[in-house]
Order: sequence, then structure tokens, then C-alpha cells
Amino acid sequence: MNSIFWINFSYIIAAVLFALGLKMMGAPASARKGNALSAIAMLIAVIATLLTQGLSYHWIILGVVIGSVLGTMAARMVAMTAMPEMVALLNGSGGLASLLVGWIAYDMEPGAPLFTTISVYLSVLIGGVTFTGSVVAWGKLSEKISSKPFLYKGQKIVNSLIVAAILLLGLLYCLDPVAQYSAFLMIILLSLILGVLAVIPIGGADMPVVISLLNSYSGLAACAAGFVIQNNILIVAGALVGASGIILTQIMCKAMNRSLANVLFSGFGSVTQQQSSAGAQGEVRSLSVEDAFYLLEAAQSVVFVPGYGLAVAQAQHVVQELAQILERNGAEVRFAIHPVAGRMPGHMNVLLAEANVPYDQLFEMDAINPLMESIDVAVVIGANDVVNPAARNTKDSPIYGMPIINVDKAKTVIVLKRSMATGFAGIQNELFFYENTRMLFGDAKATIQTLIAEFKN
Amino acid sequence: MDPMTMMFLFFILALSIFLGFELISKVPATLHTPLMSGSNAISGITIVGALIAAGTSKTALATVLGVIAVATAMINVVGGYLVTDRMLAMFKKKDQTQGAKQ
Repeated sequence: MNSIFWINFSYIIAAVLFALGLKMMGAPASARKGNALSAIAMLIAVIATLLTQGLSYHWIILGVVIGSVLGTMAARMVAMTAMPEMVALLNGSGGLASLLVGWIAYDMEPGAPLFTTISVYLSVLIGGVTFTGSVVAWGKLSEKISSKPFLYKGQKIVNSLIVAAILLLGLLYCLDPVAQYSAFLMIILLSLILGVLAVIPIGGADMPVVISLLNSYSGLAACAAGFVIQNNILIVAGALVGASGIILTQIMCKAMNRSLANVLFSGFGSVTQQQSSAGAQGEVRSLSVEDAFYLLEAAQSVVFVPGYGLAVAQAQHVVQELAQILERNGAEVRFAIHPVAGRMPGHMNVLLAEANVPYDQLFEMDAINPLMESIDVAVVIGANDVVNPAARNTKDSPIYGMPIINVDKAKTVIVLKRSMATGFAGIQNELFFYENTRMLFGDAKATIQTLIAEFKN
Repeated sequence: MDPMTMMFLFFILALSIFLGFELISKVPATLHTPLMSGSNAISGITIVGALIAAGTSKTALATVLGVIAVATAMINVVGGYLVTDRMLAMFKKKDQTQGAKQ
């Protein structure tokens, strides 16, 4: 038995553990163990690889130390509300690594067989798009750059030209890789540019889709890198991630009733400005905190509908406190969570989990909507498009057909909001003008704190 | 590369994609975020390629790129698993409070 046998044997074990770990991550009770199992699989794969004969370790150690320190710091220090951008950044670094693995393979052996050359091309291309795409997504999520769609005239033409150039250069490169180092470098550059251009036209509210898709890409990039170095474990693990990312992407698209193409290319939310005025209008009834207190105090059943604004205001803990007070006051408290509320799949669940909201109070959209008519007060916190009845009523609305949480059917709706600004879809919310809607303007966290103080008196 | 190896790799690819679809398609919405960041950590498997590249590099360029590749893949792996664990720890806490209630 030589070392190659044992290395590959370890890879098989790692592959099995990855699959098992992912399976266990599908249920809340076993999820944490599943993640640990998958981490062990990674450790096994890394140790097995380090046993490869002829490796010199000093550079490896340098890279491992730098990466581990940075990764640990990032994971420890990030706030739960900043989780989407953190995931985006981590995803980007994986993409960059796959790009570099392809580049190094080419640099060391430019005259490799055609199959390897094509694999290098793919790993560089997908890795590059994943890297810069994720960095832009990070920028948008953390509001370092505007989260509004960025559109300009001829955008689609420019993007098409870049894709065409990447394909053409790829052909040149694959036909004669030894002579085409400069074409190869151009491919890297254009892939990086493509990643930026592909994500900037996508608005903040569509980020759950984009993150899922980029996640899928990073798996595919690892997969391609696996073909470059002909390594099974990269192909297996990469494909698992690729597949899971695609499924999440699908779920997110379905939750918005839009096709993936529409999410990626339509620049959703930027062209609807002129429609916004045509939509809902009328009188807005605002409410004082004191009135809100009386409403909630009398309510038998309360539903909280959190959205991205909850994350921005960091209001998850105070909301949980208010929920507890209401429960002690005799009301039945539920949380209704829209699948695309927030900036990544399951974003609200994580925040509420952080605030210790019990599991049995969390309701998915399909579970809560049939109950809506029996609800006394629905409290919308920083959500907008996912509760906009235009999705049901207004045929020419951009969000028409999107499944929403039907808060408007509750007896009273209290909307916590900073101002009358539109949501990320850029459309006015007719809910705000409904008879049974009361607007409670101000910072969500401060408002709820005042409410809690009212209850304590 | 001989055609048999190539076929063999594609064979693995096809089955893995299928397995991935099967494993993920029934995950509840609550776990979407941890699932995403957990699978994101798995995509750091490219560390294997980075280790081999950094450990066998002969030119200065390949060495520099190799160190960066190892570092970035490692950020993905370590950061991804730790962050996922942090999130799932909160979910677990919730299960316990729920258990205590019952």
C-alpha cells in the first residue's frame, strides 16, 4: 500500500462525511453536528493532502496561518445582522482560491492536455466571476456601495461583448495554451470584470437569489479546479455545493414568483419610479406610541412580520422582549417569516434565533396566511414589498404575482417605518393607505423600546 | 489524460450533483442560512488544490499565488465553519428552551 492509496482512501471517507454532514444539516436538531462532521471531513481531506510526497511545507504553513487567523477573526467578530455580507465575503475568497489554483496549474505546466486546459479555463472563469461578484454583493449588502440597481445605457451590449471576448479568448487559449499566456491573463481580467458587471445591476432585495447563486458558482469553481488537478474530493464536494446553491436559488426565485433570468438581468426596482405615483394613494393614518400600546394591550393575537429593516435597526432583541410581554399579557404571539425577507435565505430566522425567539412561534408564509383574518394586530417591522397587497391586486405592478404575507387581512396592521420611502422594489405600498393600517414612524428599535416602557408602567 | 480517467471523473461528477439535489431539496426555510454558509465552507475544499499548488510550486510567481490560494481557501474553510457553528449554536439553544418549556 503506497501513500497514494491511503490519500485516496481518506478522500472517500471525507466525501461520505461531507454527504452525511449535509444531510444532518437539514434538520434543526442535528444541524450543528452535521456542520461539525463536514468540518471533520475537511480536516481529513487537508491532512491526507499534506501527506502527498514531495510537498514543501514552509509556504503552505505561511498560507494556512494567514488564512486561519483571518478566517477565525472574521467569524468571531461579525455581528449576526451582518451575516449576509460575511457569507458573501467568504464565498468570494473561495472563488479566488479556485481561480488561483487554475492559474498556478497553467503556470507550472502550460502544455497540459486539452482536457486540463479547458478545466483551467473554467476554474479561472467561474472562480473570477465568483470572486468579484461576491465582493460586489458584499459591498451592496453592507451598503458600502449603493444597494440600488446600477444601470446604464447599453449595459447588456457591454456584458454580451465581454462574454463573447471571454469565449473567443478561451478558444485561442485552448487551441494553443503554451503561446497564449497573455490571452490567459486577459481571460482572468475579463472574468473579474464580468463578476462586477453581473452583480451591479441587481438590487438589494434580490440579494438572497444572488448569494445563493454565487454560492453555487463557488462550488462549481471548486469542481472545475478538481478536474484541473484530477482530484475526486474536489469534484464531489464542489458538485454538492453547486447543487445545493442551485436549489436555494430556485426556492428564492419561486418565493418572488420571478424567473432567474428576470432577477439577473431586469435591473428590478429601477424602472418602476414612474409607476409608483400611479399606484396607491390616499390618506395615511399615523399613530402615536401610546395608541399602539393600547391596541397591543387589548389584542388577543399578535403577529410580527419582520423584514430587512429589523436587521438594520438591530431590533431583534427588543422585539423578542415585547413578544414576551405580550404573551404574559395573554396574547398569542406569532412571527410570520417570508422566504425572501432580509438579504439572504433564512436571514430572519437567524436573527430571531439569536434573540431566543422560541421555535414554535416562527411561522412560514403558507402557515400564517390562512390564520390572518383571525389576527387582531399584525406588526410589520421593516418589511415592505413582502407585505404589499399590490402583489395580489395590481396587475401591472412589478411585484404582481409574488406570494406575500397577507397582513392587510388582519383586523389592524401597525407598520413600523422610518418614513414613507419605498421598499427595494421601488414601488409605493398600498397597504399604508388601507383603512385598517396605522403607521408608526420612527426607528424600529427606539419605538419598540418606548412601547416596552409603556407596558412596564 | 487517458479517456478512462476522464470518464471516471465525469461519472463522479454526475452522481455527486444528483446526491447534492437529493440532500438539500427538503431543508426547512429556518435552516437556509446555516445551510448556505455551511455549504459555502465546503466549497473551500479547493484548499486541497491550493495545498498541492503551494507545496509543489517552482517559480516565484507560482509560489506567491500558491500562498495566496492557500490563505484565501483557508479563510473560506475556517471562517465558514466557525460562522455556521455560531449560528447553529443559537438554534440549538432555542431547542433547549423549547424542551424546558414542555
